[in-house]
Amino acid sequence: MSETSALVILIAAILTNNILLTNFLGMCSFIACSGQIRTALGLGTAVTFVMTMTTMLNYIIYYFVLVPYGLEHLTYIVFIAVIAAFVQFVEMFVERFSPKLYFALGIFLPLITVNCAILGASLFMIIREYNFFQSVGFGIGAGLGWALAIVLMAGLRQKMRYSNVPQPFEGIPIAMIVTCVLAMAFMGFAGMVAIQ
Amino acid sequence: MIYVLSVFAFSSVTVGLSALLIIAERYLVTYGVCKLDINAGEKPLEVDGGQNLLSALYANEIFIPSACGGKGTCGHCKIVVNAGGGPVLPTELPYLSRKEIRSNVRLACQVKIREDIYVHIPEELLNIKMYTSTVERVRDLTYDIKEIRLRLEDPEEITHRPGQYVQIQAPAPGEPVFRAYSISSPVYEPNIVDLIVRLVPGGIASTYLHNLNTNDTVHFTGPFGEFRLNEDPSVEVVCVGGGCGMAPMRNIIYSIYDKWPERCCRLFFGCRSTRDIFYLDEFEKLSEEHQNFQVVYALSDELEPDETWEGETGFIHLSVDKYLEPDIKRQAFLCGPPLMIEAVMRVLAEKGMKPDDIFFDDFS
Repeated sequence: MSETSALVILIAAILTNNILLTNFLGMCSFIACSGQIRTALGLGTAVTFVMTMTTMLNYIIYYFVLVPYGLEHLTYIVFIAVIAAFVQFVEMFVERFSPKLYFALGIFLPLITVNCAILGASLFMIIREYNFFQSVGFGIGAGLGWALAIVLMAGLRQKMRYSNVPQPFEGIPIAMIVTCVLAMAFMGFAGMVAIQ
Repeated sequence: MIYVLSVFAFSSVTVGLSALLIIAERYLVTYGVCKLDINAGEKPLEVDGGQNLLSALYANEIFIPSACGGKGTCGHCKIVVNAGGGPVLPTELPYLSRKEIRSNVRLACQVKIREDIYVHIPEELLNIKMYTSTVERVRDLTYDIKEIRLRLEDPEEITHRPGQYVQIQAPAPGEPVFRAYSISSPVYEPNIVDLIVRLVPGGIASTYLHNLNTNDTVHFTGPFGEFRLNEDPSVEVVCVGGGCGMAPMRNIIYSIYDKWPERCCRLFFGCRSTRDIFYLDEFEKLSEEHQNFQVVYALSDELEPDETWEGETGFIHLSVDKYLEPDIKRQAFLCGPPLMIEAVMRVLAEKGMKPDDIFFDDFS
């Protein structure tokens, strides 16, 4: 069991162990939805919310249902079911209270279901043996980290629209390259805190 | 034991989640009553929000053509949504051209009603009604084609143009399906609708229609279809059909000779063999009464040794090529399998016809 405090884990999950830029999870919606800061911010918020809530729910289900009955082999399928149901809930919520955001996110909102970062966060929580508060901290941190990465990326891509990108690199290729550079920049934080 | 426990744990988790979702849906997805305005105040309606536009219109007896029943796969339910429909969804894009997107055309089945919505529906579609009818007569035309006569009960009359079709509601597991069939009875018989139905192996609607008995009840919506007969009697009308594509032609021909007994009209009909021929004697009788009506049937298969046939042979577009003089003002209506339509279109273009004067109804 890790002894690090929940707050440190939260900060670490944003900067040193950014789930997107160090583990490269959740790349598909990261690339596809980072065209505009507004959309990126919306998706980032949705992912943060879903990630926090699903790590909490999954923690409870894992330690109070699966472990006591020796059903750890069901981890993946149960986690995915929880995530899918929760995303449905968020979709209804966003559609009701922010139709603009709903249309801006479009197909990517239901796609959060299959965003590997969400499942990844829940699994890391189990592998790293966090307690409940650490899990909450990690969930929030990983979500914020993902949101930070996609907003940074969207900002860069908005700027990049005015720059002279060589034709073969236009679109996705340059986005991939920029992601790598961004990841290297984040590697500068590595070693400040260790949460593995 | 572990298996039972696993199954039990997983099912209880999913059941719990579903219950939560159902409760959430109950309280979150309520939009209250929204205004549905048709043609700028012509027909204001109030509908429950949260449903899609197509079903809201159906519930108010406005029948927009739809072959897939609202799944977004046929692209027939196009209407103009002027305000309140939200942006075009990715599911609609494959069915809309750029021009249609610019002029606010949407697929009614994909538009969810969230707020007051303003739509434009052509007058014609507003006249479409749901009809209840009873089967008056079923007649075998060939070994696999039946003529079914429906007598309208409610409403008692239908106003249609020759060449239009109705959508028959056929019961199916789950939801009933709608299938399009042309009206083969002429327009001057407003209280009956004749259908010509070929039995398609495994077909839901054709199996249903072939199994009907006298006095059974049939529901359908209609009339649909864009075809407009040229009202100028000097324009010749050419009808080309194949297989069971006879229904719209029969309607057109009888309606023409009721109104213009002297008008020029030709019917070309392609069959495989003599056992596929139907209505020939009926049309020959008509051509004796009306000098300017010409009927040509052609058989595409080889004759059996003991058969005799004095008409044309070969595919129907060859007969069209043989009998039509080029460069005459005419209007054409084609109905049959896609390959036949393609071949006949080519022949008609060679005869100097413009695409605007050729209408077709292919069985694809």
